[in-house]
Amino acid sequence: MNEIVILSGKGGTGKTSIAAALASLAGNEVVIADCDVDASNMHLLLQPDFHFSEDFYSGHLARIHPEKCMKCGLCIMKCRFEAIILTGDDYMIDPVSCEGCGYCQMICPLQAISMEERLSGKFYISRTRINNVLVHASLDIAAGNSGKLVAKVKSEARKIAVSEHIPFIIVDGPPGIGCPVISSLAGATFVLIITEPTVSGIHDLERLIPLIRHFRARMACIINKSDINISKTKEIHDYLKQQNILHIADIPYDSLFMESMVKGLTITETGSPLSGQLVNIWTTIKEFLKN
Amino acid sequence: MAVSADIKRIAIASGKGGTGKTLLSTNLAACISRSYPTLLVDLDVEEPDDFLFIGGVLQKSLVQYKFIPDWNETQCTFCDSCSDHCRFHAILRLGESIVVFNELCHSCFACSELCPSGAIRMKPQKIGETKEFVTGNLRFIHSCLEIGEEQAVPLIHKTLQLVRNQTGNLPVQLYDCPPGASCPMVAATKDADFVILVAEPTPFGIHDFMLAASTVRMLGKPFAAVINRSDMGDDSLEDYCNTGNIPVLAKIPFSNKISKLYSEGSLVFGNCDVMNPALEKIADYIIQLKLNP
Repeated sequence: MNEIVILSGKGGTGKTSIAAALASLAGNEVVIADCDVDASNMHLLLQPDFHFSEDFYSGHLARIHPEKCMKCGLCIMKCRFEAIILTGDDYMIDPVSCEGCGYCQMICPLQAISMEERLSGKFYISRTRINNVLVHASLDIAAGNSGKLVAKVKSEARKIAVSEHIPFIIVDGPPGIGCPVISSLAGATFVLIITEPTVSGIHDLERLIPLIRHFRARMACIINKSDINISKTKEIHDYLKQQNILHIADIPYDSLFMESMVKGLTITETGSPLSGQLVNIWTTIKEFLKN
Repeated sequence: MAVSADIKRIAIASGKGGTGKTLLSTNLAACISRSYPTLLVDLDVEEPDDFLFIGGVLQKSLVQYKFIPDWNETQCTFCDSCSDHCRFHAILRLGESIVVFNELCHSCFACSELCPSGAIRMKPQKIGETKEFVTGNLRFIHSCLEIGEEQAVPLIHKTLQLVRNQTGNLPVQLYDCPPGASCPMVAATKDADFVILVAEPTPFGIHDFMLAASTVRMLGKPFAAVINRSDMGDDSLEDYCNTGNIPVLAKIPFSNKISKLYSEGSLVFGNCDVMNPALEKIADYIIQLKLNP
Protein backbone atom coordinates (compact mmCIF):
# COMPACT_ATOMS: atom_id res chain seq x y z
CA MET A 1 0.00 0.00 0.00
CA ASN A 2 1.29 3.43 -0.96
CA GLU A 3 0.40 6.62 0.78
CA ILE A 4 0.46 9.85 -1.25
CA VAL A 5 0.41 12.91 1.01
CA ILE A 6 -0.51 16.15 -0.76
CA LEU A 7 0.95 19.27 0.85
CA SER A 8 1.72 22.83 -0.15
CA GLY A 9 2.86 25.03 2.72
CA LYS A 10 0.89 27.95 1.33
CA GLY A 11 -2.89 27.67 1.30
CA GLY A 12 -5.00 27.91 -1.83
CA THR A 13 -2.50 26.42 -4.27
CA GLY A 14 -4.94 23.75 -5.42
CA LYS A 15 -4.29 20.74 -3.16
CA THR A 16 -7.93 19.69 -2.87
CA SER A 17 -8.82 20.29 -6.53
CA ILE A 18 -5.87 18.19 -7.68
CA ALA A 19 -6.39 15.50 -5.01
CA ALA A 20 -10.05 15.20 -6.06
CA ALA A 21 -9.09 14.98 -9.74
CA LEU A 22 -6.62 12.17 -8.98
CA ALA A 23 -9.26 10.45 -6.85
CA SER A 24 -11.76 10.53 -9.67
CA LEU A 25 -9.17 9.06 -12.05
CA ALA A 26 -8.11 6.37 -9.62
CA GLY A 27 -11.65 5.28 -8.68
CA ASN A 28 -11.62 2.31 -6.36
CA GLU A 29 -7.83 2.04 -6.50
CA VAL A 30 -7.66 4.65 -3.73
CA VAL A 31 -8.84 5.46 -0.28
CA ILE A 32 -8.98 9.23 0.20
CA ALA A 33 -8.12 10.73 3.56
CA ASP A 34 -9.14 14.36 3.95
CA CYS A 35 -6.67 15.52 6.58
CA ASP A 36 -7.46 19.22 6.34
CA VAL A 37 -9.80 18.65 9.27
CA ASP A 38 -9.79 22.32 10.16
CA ALA A 39 -11.39 23.39 6.88
CA SER A 40 -12.15 20.25 4.91
CA ASN A 41 -13.47 20.67 1.38
CA MET A 42 -13.10 17.30 -0.31
CA HIS A 43 -16.70 16.36 0.48
CA LEU A 44 -17.93 19.33 -1.58
CA LEU A 45 -16.58 17.71 -4.76
CA LEU A 46 -17.02 14.03 -3.99
CA GLN A 47 -20.44 14.09 -2.28
CA PRO A 48 -19.83 11.35 0.24
CA ASP A 49 -22.67 9.42 1.88
CA PHE A 50 -21.44 9.85 5.51
CA HIS A 51 -22.49 6.26 6.18
CA PHE A 52 -20.42 6.04 9.34
CA SER A 53 -19.99 8.85 11.80
CA GLU A 54 -18.55 8.98 15.29
CA ASP A 55 -17.93 11.68 17.87
CA PHE A 56 -14.26 12.47 18.30
CA TYR A 57 -13.11 13.09 21.86
CA SER A 58 -9.66 14.40 22.44
CA GLY A 59 -7.99 15.97 25.41
CA HIS A 60 -9.71 17.34 28.47
CA LEU A 61 -11.35 20.49 29.71
CA ALA A 62 -11.29 21.71 33.30
CA ARG A 63 -14.57 22.42 35.07
CA ILE A 64 -14.95 24.37 38.30
CA HIS A 65 -17.74 23.31 40.64
CA PRO A 66 -18.88 26.61 42.18
CA GLU A 67 -20.49 24.97 45.22
CA LYS A 68 -17.11 23.64 46.34
CA CYS A 69 -14.97 26.61 45.25
CA MET A 70 -13.75 28.92 48.05
CA LYS A 71 -12.21 31.34 45.55
CA CYS A 72 -8.72 31.00 46.96
CA GLY A 73 -7.26 31.91 43.57
CA LEU A 74 -4.55 29.24 43.54
CA CYS A 75 -5.76 27.91 40.16
CA ILE A 76 -5.55 31.36 38.56
CA MET A 77 -2.03 31.74 39.89
CA LYS A 78 -0.86 28.40 38.52
CA CYS A 79 -2.58 28.34 35.14
CA ARG A 80 -0.10 29.23 32.39
CA PHE A 81 -2.80 29.62 29.76
CA GLU A 82 -4.92 32.40 31.29
CA ALA A 83 -7.77 29.90 31.09
CA ILE A 84 -9.32 30.68 34.47
CA ILE A 85 -11.29 33.87 34.54
CA LEU A 86 -13.09 35.73 37.24
CA THR A 87 -16.62 36.58 36.06
CA GLY A 88 -18.31 38.71 38.67
CA ASP A 89 -17.72 36.66 41.80
CA ASP A 90 -17.22 33.30 40.15
CA TYR A 91 -14.19 31.53 38.82
CA MET A 92 -14.85 30.08 35.38
CA ILE A 93 -12.92 28.13 32.77
CA ASP A 94 -12.42 29.74 29.39
CA PRO A 95 -12.80 26.67 27.16
CA VAL A 96 -10.91 28.31 24.29
CA SER A 97 -7.80 28.91 26.38
CA CYS A 98 -7.86 25.72 28.51
CA GLU A 99 -5.22 23.25 27.30
CA GLY A 100 -6.54 20.46 29.50
CA CYS A 101 -3.28 20.01 31.42
CA GLY A 102 -5.12 19.38 34.68
CA TYR A 103 -2.66 21.35 36.82
CA CYS A 104 -5.53 23.34 38.40
CA GLN A 105 -7.34 20.14 39.32
CA MET A 106 -4.21 18.68 40.95
CA ILE A 107 -3.54 21.64 43.17
CA CYS A 108 -7.07 22.74 44.10
CA PRO A 109 -7.17 22.30 47.90
CA LEU A 110 -10.94 21.65 47.88
CA GLN A 111 -11.15 19.34 44.86
CA ALA A 112 -13.48 21.86 43.29
CA ILE A 113 -12.14 21.24 39.80
CA SER A 114 -12.74 18.19 37.66
CA MET A 115 -11.37 17.28 34.25
CA GLU A 116 -13.85 16.21 31.60
CA GLU A 117 -13.37 14.59 28.24
CA ARG A 118 -13.61 17.08 25.48
CA LEU A 119 -15.74 16.56 22.38
CA SER A 120 -13.68 18.15 19.63
CA GLY A 121 -15.18 17.01 16.38
CA LYS A 122 -16.70 14.33 14.24
CA PHE A 123 -15.14 11.57 12.24
CA TYR A 124 -16.70 9.98 9.11
CA ILE A 125 -16.26 7.10 6.72
CA SER A 126 -18.05 7.48 3.39
CA ARG A 127 -18.49 6.09 -0.06
CA THR A 128 -18.22 8.92 -2.61
CA ARG A 129 -20.34 9.48 -5.71
CA ILE A 130 -17.47 8.06 -7.78
CA ASN A 131 -17.17 5.02 -5.57
CA ASN A 132 -13.98 5.78 -3.62
CA VAL A 133 -13.78 5.32 0.10
CA LEU A 134 -13.39 8.72 1.78
CA VAL A 135 -12.26 9.03 5.39
CA HIS A 136 -12.91 12.52 6.66
CA ALA A 137 -13.63 14.58 9.72
CA SER A 138 -14.71 17.94 10.97
CA LEU A 139 -13.09 19.70 13.84
CA ASP A 140 -15.47 21.61 16.09
CA ILE A 141 -15.52 25.38 16.02
CA ALA A 142 -12.41 26.81 17.69
CA ALA A 143 -11.30 23.35 18.83
CA GLY A 144 -7.69 22.33 19.24
CA ASN A 145 -6.00 18.97 18.81
CA SER A 146 -6.36 18.88 15.04
CA GLY A 147 -3.16 16.77 14.90
CA LYS A 148 -4.87 13.97 16.80
CA LEU A 149 -7.91 14.03 14.53
CA VAL A 150 -5.59 13.91 11.50
CA ALA A 151 -3.85 10.88 13.02
CA LYS A 152 -7.23 9.19 13.51
CA VAL A 153 -8.29 9.88 9.88
CA LYS A 154 -5.01 8.49 8.60
CA SER A 155 -5.04 5.37 10.72
CA GLU A 156 -8.63 4.51 9.71
CA ALA A 157 -7.77 5.08 6.03
CA ARG A 158 -4.83 2.68 6.39
CA LYS A 159 -6.98 0.04 8.06
CA ILE A 160 -9.51 0.21 5.24
CA ALA A 161 -6.82 0.12 2.54
CA VAL A 162 -5.28 -2.98 4.12
CA SER A 163 -8.50 -4.84 4.76
CA GLU A 164 -9.98 -4.09 1.33
CA HIS A 165 -6.67 -4.52 -0.55
CA ILE A 166 -6.76 -1.00 -1.96
CA PRO A 167 -3.27 -0.09 -3.28
CA PHE A 168 -3.22 3.70 -2.73
CA ILE A 169 -4.17 6.25 -0.13
CA ILE A 170 -4.41 9.88 -1.18
CA VAL A 171 -4.03 12.19 1.80
CA ASP A 172 -5.28 15.75 1.21
CA GLY A 173 -3.20 17.67 3.72
CA PRO A 174 -3.64 20.98 5.52
CA PRO A 175 -1.69 24.17 4.76
CA GLY A 176 1.22 25.31 6.94
CA ILE A 177 4.01 23.32 8.57
CA GLY A 178 2.65 22.90 12.11
CA CYS A 179 0.98 20.12 14.06
CA PRO A 180 -1.70 18.92 11.59
CA VAL A 181 0.89 18.88 8.77
CA ILE A 182 3.38 16.97 10.90
CA SER A 183 0.61 14.55 11.79
CA SER A 184 -0.25 14.13 8.07
CA LEU A 185 3.41 13.36 7.39
CA ALA A 186 3.83 10.72 10.08
CA GLY A 187 4.67 7.42 8.42
CA ALA A 188 4.39 8.89 4.90
CA THR A 189 6.50 7.41 2.13
CA PHE A 190 5.67 9.88 -0.61
CA VAL A 191 4.70 13.55 -0.63
CA LEU A 192 3.21 15.32 -3.63
CA ILE A 193 3.83 19.05 -3.29
CA ILE A 194 1.50 21.51 -5.02
CA THR A 195 3.03 24.96 -5.27
CA GLU A 196 2.42 28.13 -7.25
CA PRO A 197 4.84 30.56 -8.92
CA THR A 198 4.54 33.43 -6.44
CA VAL A 199 7.07 34.70 -3.91
CA SER A 200 4.93 33.35 -1.08
CA GLY A 201 4.45 30.00 -2.83
CA ILE A 202 8.23 29.67 -3.13
CA HIS A 203 8.98 30.85 0.40
CA ASP A 204 6.47 28.41 1.88
CA LEU A 205 7.85 25.60 -0.31
CA GLU A 206 11.33 26.26 1.01
CA ARG A 207 10.03 25.84 4.56
CA LEU A 208 8.05 22.71 3.75
CA ILE A 209 10.85 20.73 2.08
CA PRO A 210 13.18 20.47 5.12
CA LEU A 211 10.19 19.29 7.16
CA ILE A 212 9.44 16.54 4.61
CA ARG A 213 13.13 15.57 4.55
CA HIS A 214 13.01 15.22 8.31
CA PHE A 215 10.42 12.47 7.79
CA ARG A 216 12.60 10.87 5.10
CA ALA A 217 9.69 10.76 2.68
CA ARG A 218 10.28 10.84 -1.08
CA MET A 219 8.74 13.79 -2.85
CA ALA A 220 7.66 15.23 -6.18
CA CYS A 221 6.28 18.60 -7.12
CA ILE A 222 3.56 20.07 -9.32
CA ILE A 223 3.50 23.79 -10.11
CA ASN A 224 -0.09 24.91 -10.37
CA LYS A 225 -1.16 28.11 -12.18
CA SER A 226 2.30 27.91 -13.74
CA ASP A 227 1.66 30.61 -16.35
CA ILE A 228 0.80 33.43 -13.93
CA ASN A 229 4.51 34.16 -13.62
CA ILE A 230 6.77 32.27 -16.02
CA SER A 231 10.02 33.49 -14.50
CA LYS A 232 8.95 32.38 -10.98
CA THR A 233 7.98 29.01 -12.48
CA LYS A 234 11.48 28.78 -13.94
CA GLU A 235 12.91 29.69 -10.54
CA ILE A 236 11.00 26.79 -8.97
CA HIS A 237 12.26 24.40 -11.71
CA ASP A 238 15.84 25.38 -10.86
CA TYR A 239 15.23 25.06 -7.15
CA LEU A 240 13.69 21.58 -7.54
CA LYS A 241 16.62 20.46 -9.68
CA GLN A 242 19.08 21.76 -7.13
CA GLN A 243 17.17 19.99 -4.35
CA ASN A 244 16.99 16.83 -6.44
CA ILE A 245 13.18 16.72 -6.28
CA LEU A 246 11.17 15.24 -9.14
CA HIS A 247 9.20 17.86 -11.04
CA ILE A 248 6.09 16.18 -12.38
CA ALA A 249 4.14 18.87 -14.18
CA ASP A 250 3.29 22.51 -14.72
CA ILE A 251 -0.47 23.03 -14.75
CA PRO A 252 -1.46 26.34 -16.38
CA TYR A 253 -4.09 28.57 -14.82
CA ASP A 254 -7.53 27.51 -15.98
CA SER A 255 -10.79 29.06 -14.81
CA LEU A 256 -12.39 25.65 -15.46
CA PHE A 257 -10.97 24.54 -12.08
CA MET A 258 -13.30 27.01 -10.44
CA GLU A 259 -16.20 26.48 -12.82
CA SER A 260 -16.10 22.74 -12.22
CA MET A 261 -15.94 23.37 -8.46
CA VAL A 262 -19.12 25.46 -8.69
CA LYS A 263 -20.79 22.50 -10.41
CA GLY A 264 -19.49 20.10 -7.75
CA LEU A 265 -17.30 18.27 -10.25
CA THR A 266 -13.61 17.50 -10.47
CA ILE A 267 -11.65 19.03 -13.36
CA THR A 268 -11.30 15.64 -15.08
CA GLU A 269 -15.08 15.34 -15.34
CA THR A 270 -15.49 18.54 -17.34
CA GLY A 271 -13.87 17.69 -20.65
CA SER A 272 -11.15 20.25 -19.95
CA PRO A 273 -7.95 19.86 -21.97
CA LEU A 274 -6.25 19.56 -18.57
CA SER A 275 -7.86 16.13 -18.08
CA GLY A 276 -5.20 14.53 -20.27
CA GLN A 277 -2.48 16.17 -18.22
CA LEU A 278 -3.96 14.86 -14.97
CA VAL A 279 -4.13 11.35 -16.45
CA ASN A 280 -0.40 11.67 -17.18
CA ILE A 281 0.29 12.94 -13.69
CA TRP A 282 -1.47 9.97 -12.12
CA THR A 283 0.45 7.57 -14.39
CA THR A 284 3.76 9.26 -13.50
CA ILE A 285 3.04 9.02 -9.77
CA LYS A 286 2.19 5.33 -10.06
CA GLU A 287 5.39 4.68 -12.04
CA PHE A 288 7.42 6.64 -9.49
CA LEU A 289 5.96 4.63 -6.63
CA LYS A 290 6.73 1.32 -8.35
CA ASN A 291 10.46 2.04 -8.27
CA MET B 1 -2.71 47.42 29.94
CA ALA B 2 -5.94 49.31 29.24
CA VAL B 3 -6.52 49.85 25.56
CA SER B 4 -7.90 53.17 24.48
CA ALA B 5 -11.07 53.08 22.43
CA ASP B 6 -9.23 55.08 19.77
CA ILE B 7 -7.00 52.13 19.00
CA LYS B 8 -8.36 49.82 16.31
CA ARG B 9 -7.02 46.30 16.42
CA ILE B 10 -8.17 44.47 13.31
CA ALA B 11 -7.55 40.78 12.65
CA ILE B 12 -7.49 39.68 9.02
CA ALA B 13 -8.46 36.01 8.85
CA SER B 14 -10.04 33.67 6.33
CA GLY B 15 -10.91 30.03 7.00
CA LYS B 16 -9.67 28.81 3.62
CA GLY B 17 -6.02 29.35 2.75
CA GLY B 18 -4.97 31.38 -0.26
CA THR B 19 -7.96 33.71 -0.33
CA GLY B 20 -5.88 36.89 -0.08
CA LYS B 21 -5.11 37.58 3.60
CA THR B 22 -1.50 38.52 2.89
CA LEU B 23 -2.50 40.55 -0.17
CA LEU B 24 -5.07 42.52 1.83
CA SER B 25 -3.01 42.89 5.03
CA THR B 26 0.09 44.24 3.33
CA ASN B 27 -1.70 46.57 0.92
CA LEU B 28 -4.09 47.83 3.57
CA ALA B 29 -1.14 48.53 5.87
CA ALA B 30 0.57 50.49 3.10
CA CYS B 31 -2.63 52.40 2.36
CA ILE B 32 -3.58 53.30 5.96
CA SER B 33 -0.02 54.14 7.02
CA ARG B 34 -0.03 57.08 4.59
CA SER B 35 -2.38 58.84 7.03
CA TYR B 36 -2.02 57.09 10.41
CA PRO B 37 0.78 55.43 12.31
CA THR B 38 0.05 51.77 11.64
CA LEU B 39 1.19 48.42 12.99
CA LEU B 40 1.16 45.26 10.88
CA VAL B 41 1.73 41.96 12.68
CA ASP B 42 2.24 38.72 10.74
CA LEU B 43 0.76 36.02 12.97
CA ASP B 44 0.71 33.31 10.29
CA VAL B 45 3.84 32.04 11.99
CA GLU B 46 3.96 28.71 10.14
CA GLU B 47 4.19 30.44 6.77
CA PRO B 48 4.75 34.16 7.37
CA ASP B 49 4.86 35.94 4.01
CA ASP B 50 4.13 39.62 4.72
CA PHE B 51 7.86 40.39 4.87
CA LEU B 52 8.13 39.52 1.18
CA PHE B 53 6.03 42.62 0.46
CA ILE B 54 6.90 44.96 3.33
CA GLY B 55 10.50 46.00 3.68
CA GLY B 56 11.74 48.38 6.33
CA VAL B 57 14.67 48.86 8.60
CA LEU B 58 15.23 46.12 11.15
CA GLN B 59 14.77 47.55 14.66
CA LYS B 60 15.17 44.46 16.76
CA SER B 61 15.23 40.73 16.60
CA LEU B 62 14.18 38.42 19.39
CA VAL B 63 14.51 34.66 19.80
CA GLN B 64 11.31 33.18 21.26
CA TYR B 65 11.28 30.21 23.60
CA LYS B 66 8.91 27.78 25.17
CA PHE B 67 9.77 26.00 28.40
CA ILE B 68 10.19 22.25 28.60
CA PRO B 69 11.20 20.02 31.53
CA ASP B 70 14.82 19.13 32.13
CA TRP B 71 15.56 16.14 34.36
CA ASN B 72 18.26 16.28 37.00
CA GLU B 73 19.30 12.70 37.69
CA THR B 74 21.09 13.34 40.97
CA GLN B 75 18.05 14.85 42.68
CA CYS B 76 15.46 12.38 41.35
CA THR B 77 13.91 9.87 43.76
CA PHE B 78 11.84 8.16 41.04
CA CYS B 79 8.59 8.90 42.80
CA ASP B 80 6.77 9.13 39.42
CA SER B 81 5.05 12.37 40.40
CA CYS B 82 6.04 13.99 37.08
CA SER B 83 4.74 11.26 34.81
CA ASP B 84 1.59 10.84 36.93
CA HIS B 85 0.83 14.52 36.58
CA CYS B 86 1.46 14.87 32.85
CA ARG B 87 -1.75 14.42 30.87
CA PHE B 88 0.13 14.70 27.59
CA HIS B 89 2.48 11.77 28.26
CA ALA B 90 5.35 14.12 27.57
CA ILE B 91 7.41 12.86 30.50
CA LEU B 92 7.85 9.18 31.25
CA ARG B 93 9.98 6.96 33.40
CA LEU B 94 11.85 4.36 31.40
CA GLY B 95 13.79 2.11 33.75
CA GLU B 96 16.22 4.25 35.68
CA SER B 97 15.77 7.40 33.69
CA ILE B 98 13.13 10.04 33.02
CA VAL B 99 12.55 10.78 29.36
CA VAL B 100 10.99 14.00 28.02
CA PHE B 101 9.17 14.16 24.68
CA ASN B 102 9.53 17.85 23.87
CA GLU B 103 6.98 17.90 21.07
CA LEU B 104 4.24 16.61 23.37
CA CYS B 105 4.91 19.13 26.13
CA HIS B 106 2.40 21.99 26.55
CA SER B 107 4.56 23.88 29.07
CA CYS B 108 2.03 23.72 31.92
CA PHE B 109 4.90 23.44 34.45
CA ALA B 110 3.01 20.85 36.57
CA CYS B 111 5.81 18.25 36.44
CA SER B 112 8.40 20.79 37.54
CA GLU B 113 6.46 22.66 40.20
CA LEU B 114 4.97 19.51 41.74
CA CYS B 115 8.24 17.55 41.84
CA PRO B 116 8.90 17.00 45.55
CA SER B 117 12.67 16.80 45.14
CA GLY B 118 13.28 19.66 42.73
CA ALA B 119 14.63 17.26 40.11
CA ILE B 120 12.80 18.87 37.22
CA ARG B 121 13.53 22.41 36.13
CA MET B 122 12.04 24.06 33.09
CA LYS B 123 14.54 25.00 30.40
CA PRO B 124 14.00 27.22 27.38
CA GLN B 125 13.72 25.74 23.90
CA LYS B 126 13.69 27.93 20.81
CA ILE B 127 10.34 27.94 18.98
CA GLY B 128 10.93 30.80 16.60
CA GLU B 129 11.99 34.34 16.08
CA THR B 130 10.28 37.72 16.08
CA LYS B 131 11.59 40.69 14.14
CA GLU B 132 10.47 44.28 14.15
CA PHE B 133 10.87 46.64 11.18
CA VAL B 134 9.99 50.25 10.52
CA THR B 135 9.23 51.83 7.19
CA GLY B 136 7.83 55.37 7.24
CA ASN B 137 4.68 55.41 9.32
CA LEU B 138 4.44 51.63 9.37
CA ARG B 139 5.78 49.39 12.09
CA PHE B 140 5.91 45.74 11.06
CA ILE B 141 6.31 42.70 13.30
CA HIS B 142 7.15 39.34 11.78
CA SER B 143 7.19 36.05 13.71
CA CYS B 144 8.49 32.85 12.21
CA LEU B 145 8.08 29.35 13.66
CA GLU B 146 11.10 27.02 13.73
CA ILE B 147 10.74 24.28 11.12
CA GLY B 148 9.77 21.07 12.91
CA GLU B 149 8.16 22.86 15.87
CA GLU B 150 4.57 21.60 16.04
CA GLN B 151 2.81 24.22 18.10
CA ALA B 152 2.16 27.58 16.51
CA VAL B 153 -0.04 28.88 19.32
CA PRO B 154 2.70 29.62 21.91
CA LEU B 155 4.60 31.73 19.38
CA ILE B 156 1.42 33.60 18.44
CA HIS B 157 0.79 34.33 22.14
CA LYS B 158 4.38 35.52 22.65
CA THR B 159 4.13 37.80 19.64
CA LEU B 160 0.88 39.33 20.87
CA GLN B 161 2.43 39.84 24.31
CA LEU B 162 5.25 41.78 22.69
CA VAL B 163 2.72 43.83 20.72
CA ARG B 164 0.77 44.66 23.89
CA ASN B 165 3.88 45.70 25.78
CA GLN B 166 5.76 47.61 23.15
CA THR B 167 3.61 48.79 20.29
CA GLY B 168 0.16 48.65 21.87
CA ASN B 169 -0.47 52.36 21.47
CA LEU B 170 -0.36 52.62 17.67
CA PRO B 171 -3.81 53.76 16.52
CA VAL B 172 -4.30 51.23 13.71
CA GLN B 173 -3.14 47.65 14.18
CA LEU B 174 -3.59 44.92 11.58
CA TYR B 175 -3.05 41.26 12.53
CA ASP B 176 -2.54 38.91 9.57
CA CYS B 177 -3.85 35.57 10.88
CA PRO B 178 -3.18 31.93 9.98
CA PRO B 179 -5.78 30.14 7.82
CA GLY B 180 -8.35 27.80 9.31
CA ALA B 181 -10.85 28.18 12.10
CA SER B 182 -9.17 26.28 14.93
CA CYS B 183 -6.61 27.02 17.63
CA PRO B 184 -3.97 29.06 15.69
CA MET B 185 -6.63 31.29 14.14
CA VAL B 186 -8.38 31.69 17.50
CA ALA B 187 -5.09 32.62 19.19
CA ALA B 188 -4.30 35.19 16.50
CA THR B 189 -7.68 36.93 16.77
CA LYS B 190 -7.59 36.96 20.59
CA ASP B 191 -6.65 40.63 21.04
CA ALA B 192 -8.57 41.96 18.06
CA ASP B 193 -11.54 44.29 18.43
CA PHE B 194 -12.81 43.50 14.97
CA VAL B 195 -12.23 40.72 12.43
CA ILE B 196 -12.16 41.01 8.65
CA LEU B 197 -12.71 37.67 6.92
CA VAL B 198 -11.28 37.52 3.41
CA ALA B 199 -13.27 35.08 1.31
CA GLU B 200 -13.63 34.01 -2.28
CA PRO B 201 -17.01 33.28 -3.88
CA THR B 202 -16.42 29.61 -4.64
CA PRO B 203 -17.95 26.54 -2.97
CA PHE B 204 -14.73 25.91 -0.98
CA GLY B 205 -14.54 29.59 -0.13
CA ILE B 206 -18.12 29.82 1.14
CA HIS B 207 -17.86 26.61 3.14
CA ASP B 208 -14.72 27.76 4.94
CA PHE B 209 -16.04 31.30 5.34
CA MET B 210 -19.04 29.88 7.21
CA LEU B 211 -16.70 27.94 9.52
CA ALA B 212 -14.57 31.01 10.21
CA ALA B 213 -17.68 33.14 10.76
CA SER B 214 -18.99 30.64 13.34
CA THR B 215 -15.67 30.75 15.16
CA VAL B 216 -15.59 34.54 15.24
CA ARG B 217 -19.22 34.63 16.42
CA MET B 218 -18.40 32.19 19.19
CA LEU B 219 -15.53 34.43 20.26
CA GLY B 220 -18.05 37.27 20.44
CA LYS B 221 -16.16 39.54 18.06
CA PRO B 222 -17.79 41.83 15.52
CA PHE B 223 -16.75 40.99 11.97
CA ALA B 224 -17.23 41.76 8.30
CA ALA B 225 -16.29 40.21 4.95
CA VAL B 226 -14.09 41.28 2.08
CA ILE B 227 -14.77 39.33 -1.10
CA ASN B 228 -11.66 38.68 -3.16
CA ARG B 229 -11.75 37.62 -6.83
CA SER B 230 -15.35 38.78 -6.57
CA ASP B 231 -16.22 38.29 -10.22
CA MET B 232 -15.49 34.56 -10.19
CA GLY B 233 -17.64 31.73 -8.85
CA ASP B 234 -21.22 32.74 -8.07
CA ASP B 235 -23.36 34.99 -5.84
CA SER B 236 -23.94 32.60 -2.96
CA LEU B 237 -21.27 34.17 -0.73
CA GLU B 238 -22.77 37.63 -1.01
CA ASP B 239 -26.28 36.23 -0.53
CA TYR B 240 -25.10 34.45 2.60
CA CYS B 241 -23.57 37.68 3.96
CA ASN B 242 -26.72 39.67 3.18
CA THR B 243 -29.00 37.13 4.85
CA GLY B 244 -26.78 36.90 7.89
CA ASN B 245 -26.33 40.70 8.21
CA ILE B 246 -22.61 40.39 7.68
CA PRO B 247 -21.34 43.65 6.17
CA VAL B 248 -19.38 43.23 2.94
CA LEU B 249 -16.76 45.97 3.23
CA ALA B 250 -15.44 45.70 -0.28
CA LYS B 251 -15.09 43.49 -3.32
CA ILE B 252 -11.78 43.01 -5.09
CA PRO B 253 -12.26 41.79 -8.66
CA PHE B 254 -9.91 39.21 -10.17
CA SER B 255 -7.13 40.98 -12.02
CA ASN B 256 -4.11 39.70 -13.89
CA LYS B 257 -2.25 42.80 -12.72
CA ILE B 258 -2.87 41.93 -9.06
CA SER B 259 -1.77 38.32 -9.61
CA LYS B 260 1.37 39.41 -11.43
CA LEU B 261 2.40 42.03 -8.85
CA TYR B 262 1.64 39.64 -5.97
CA SER B 263 3.60 36.81 -7.60
CA GLU B 264 6.66 39.06 -7.79
CA GLY B 265 6.47 40.23 -4.20
CA SER B 266 5.31 43.74 -5.03
CA LEU B 267 2.59 45.70 -3.31
CA VAL B 268 -0.36 46.50 -5.54
CA PHE B 269 -0.99 49.77 -3.70
CA GLY B 270 1.28 52.43 -5.15
CA ASN B 271 2.11 50.36 -8.23
CA CYS B 272 -1.32 50.07 -9.81
CA ASP B 273 -4.65 51.58 -8.76
CA VAL B 274 -6.81 48.52 -9.36
CA MET B 275 -7.18 47.78 -5.64
CA ASN B 276 -7.49 51.40 -4.52
CA PRO B 277 -11.30 51.69 -4.38
CA ALA B 278 -11.51 48.57 -2.20
CA LEU B 279 -8.58 49.59 0.02
CA GLU B 280 -9.96 53.07 0.60
CA LYS B 281 -13.40 51.71 1.51
CA ILE B 282 -11.92 49.28 4.00
CA ALA B 283 -9.56 51.91 5.43
CA ASP B 284 -12.46 54.38 5.92
CA TYR B 285 -14.51 51.68 7.59
CA ILE B 286 -11.69 50.89 10.01
CA ILE B 287 -10.99 54.53 10.84
CA GLN B 288 -14.66 55.27 11.49
CA LEU B 289 -15.28 52.04 13.38
CA LYS B 290 -16.91 52.70 16.76
CA LEU B 291 -15.74 50.10 19.21
CA ASN B 292 -17.27 49.36 22.56
CA PRO B 293 -14.58 50.23 25.09
